[in-house]
Amino acid sequence: MNYNWNWKIFFETSADGRHTWLTTLFIGLGWTLTTALCAGIIAFLLGSALGVMRTTPHKWAVKLGNAYVEFFRNIPLLVQLFLWYFVLPELLPNAIGGWIKSMTPPWASFVPAVIGLGLFTAARVSEQVRAGIQALSRGQGQAGTALGLTLSQRYRFVLLPMAYRIILPPLTSETMNLIKNTSVALTIGLFELTAAARSMQEFTFQVFEAFTAATVIYILVNLITVNLMRWIERSVAVPGFIGPPDVGGGGH
Amino acid sequence: MGGFDFNVIERSIGYLFREGMTFTLTLTGLAALGGIIFGTLLAMMRLSSHKWLSLPATGYVNLMRSIPLIGSPTPIQVGAVASSVITFTLFEAAYYSEIMRAGIQSIPRGQVWAGYALGLDYWQTMAKVVLPQAFRNMIPILLTQTIILFQDTSLVYVLSITDFLGAASKIAQRDGRLVEMYLFAALVYFLMSFTLSYIVKILQQKIAIIR
Amino acid sequence: MPMIEIKDVSKWYGSFQVLTNCTTNVEKGEVIVVCGPSGSGKSTLIKVVNALEPFQEGNIVVDGIKVNDPKTNLPKLRARVGMVFQHFELFPHLTITQNLTLGQIKVLGRTPEEAKTRGLKYLNRVGLIEQKDKFPGQLSGGQQQRVAIARALSMDPICMLFDEPTSALDPEMINEVLDVMVGLAKEGMTMMVVTHEMGFANKVANRVIFMDRGQIVEDATKADFFGKPRSERAQQFLAKILHH
Repeated sequence: MNYNWNWKIFFETSADGRHTWLTTLFIGLGWTLTTALCAGIIAFLLGSALGVMRTTPHKWAVKLGNAYVEFFRNIPLLVQLFLWYFVLPELLPNAIGGWIKSMTPPWASFVPAVIGLGLFTAARVSEQVRAGIQALSRGQGQAGTALGLTLSQRYRFVLLPMAYRIILPPLTSETMNLIKNTSVALTIGLFELTAAARSMQEFTFQVFEAFTAATVIYILVNLITVNLMRWIERSVAVPGFIGPPDVGGGGH
Repeated sequence: MGGFDFNVIERSIGYLFREGMTFTLTLTGLAALGGIIFGTLLAMMRLSSHKWLSLPATGYVNLMRSIPLIGSPTPIQVGAVASSVITFTLFEAAYYSEIMRAGIQSIPRGQVWAGYALGLDYWQTMAKVVLPQAFRNMIPILLTQTIILFQDTSLVYVLSITDFLGAASKIAQRDGRLVEMYLFAALVYFLMSFTLSYIVKILQQKIAIIR
Repeated sequence: MPMIEIKDVSKWYGSFQVLTNCTTNVEKGEVIVVCGPSGSGKSTLIKVVNALEPFQEGNIVVDGIKVNDPKTNLPKLRARVGMVFQHFELFPHLTITQNLTLGQIKVLGRTPEEAKTRGLKYLNRVGLIEQKDKFPGQLSGGQQQRVAIARALSMDPICMLFDEPTSALDPEMINEVLDVMVGLAKEGMTMMVVTHEMGFANKVANRVIFMDRGQIVEDATKADFFGKPRSERAQQFLAKILHH
């Protein structure tokens, strides 16, 4: 096997004729992080709402939350993105569908990517939030009830503050998953980090340099994420509170 | 926009399942089998008291878990299909190894001591005492991971392989029927994953009762 | 009019009956001790009083307000009934002061300053004023339970419910909690206490209720209960618990 290593490739002009390949990779990283951040906000807010719904005494809310999770968990992310990108504009009334299709390039991919990743990740966040609330003893809720707190006050002041603290470690892996999953959006044309690395491979044939660079960037982003989340964990840690019960995480 | 043509599904259903789904299931099966075997070895390495075994395994697992599956080329040029099998096996091994590690750690130390006390060596103790129990305890989680793998195989789309989604996509583009084909693909994936998850849930309850 | 009126209350978990036709009254200023073997329904009985647990049959009236009336504003009623739990149930993410003021501010609508003054007054009373800025996890079990009592008192309750307040405590911490409760009883607080501490019952209870298998088997004055329990089951229970 004759492979010509060429690490200088990063400083050569990329396919767009303006930037170096290194800059191109970082532009990709910028899109990865922006997409992950926007989708993450949607996922956190919607996932929290769904997770809370699934622990309320209201049967209809539990069912609705469960149905959401089943739907978004049992369809591959790639297919979900196709649904948002290709299918949704066709199903909407002509005016809106046409407006979506006429969006200019980065946004035409970015918006469906954010929505798709956000709603997909919301299902996973809701699993964590539900588990976090259920990990608290029944007595905590009852103590709030006995003080006269209403259902929404119990969630706001008693249950959620502890539940979020407990699920911070699994939320860390969800955040890393989200950043990784952003790469799936390259299939609908989002020029994120993996897409940048792939374009570098295709134009220069320096497959391993591009792959190595992307891998190193992903690992660095991961390390930063982990440390950021650990810092958050430390700053909201409750003195004297002994380790929370184990809450399942994992997956992709 | 009216005028959807759902007959396109009927016309292509043989192709979708005979070509596409067959590949999807073959890839899922091979990668799961390879991933579980390699993953179990990785788990045993990680739990080893020898640093030269545990460190590389830990590094490998963390590396594979921190990069996206979709962006990784295979180390050898063997064609799209073989390279998809290799890539998925290498990736999934990292996830399966985490599950097997938890499974092995869930077996009480006393079981290992009992094995050694009978005169079994490390490999015998592992093969006859620890792994069968660990594997059995972890079957539901291993299966859940395999359902995730089943969904993830759709990512071979980027390699232009005709898996189920690839087949649907080819028809969609040939006939200009993206809406119909992608909705149908979503429905099929949903029904299969949902049914399998449901079976795993029942299995989990059964195993819980026996224990 | 009794402070707490429990009439023919029955409760089921599915097809399993946990309370059977329970009837009793608690007058203003009375201290009632509820005892009985585990699984006898005594904790459930106390939890239906402020509707933490729903029940299917019968009536409960607290200070003239019907608990099982769908029109009753339950948060308002619960705010007036203090409750102390077996496992303290302080809120771990809040400081002791915040634990004391949360309900006062959010339910009673007091200003933070007013709530703090009142909360600290009761914290001082249970002898823990110097712990006001700590978190519950930094306190011993006995201290946490005393804070829990102060939290309930800060709401100015018209009566107090205690659900096995000392059974999760190490033996050396039981008395510090019981002392606070005895003090409260002597001040005339209306109390319903689920406990196995017969010394406490002997000291301050007006009446003792003995429960078994979801039924109130004995509802007698302290003297009658300890002197000549009528039922055989109560006699056996007393014999077991007093010979400890």
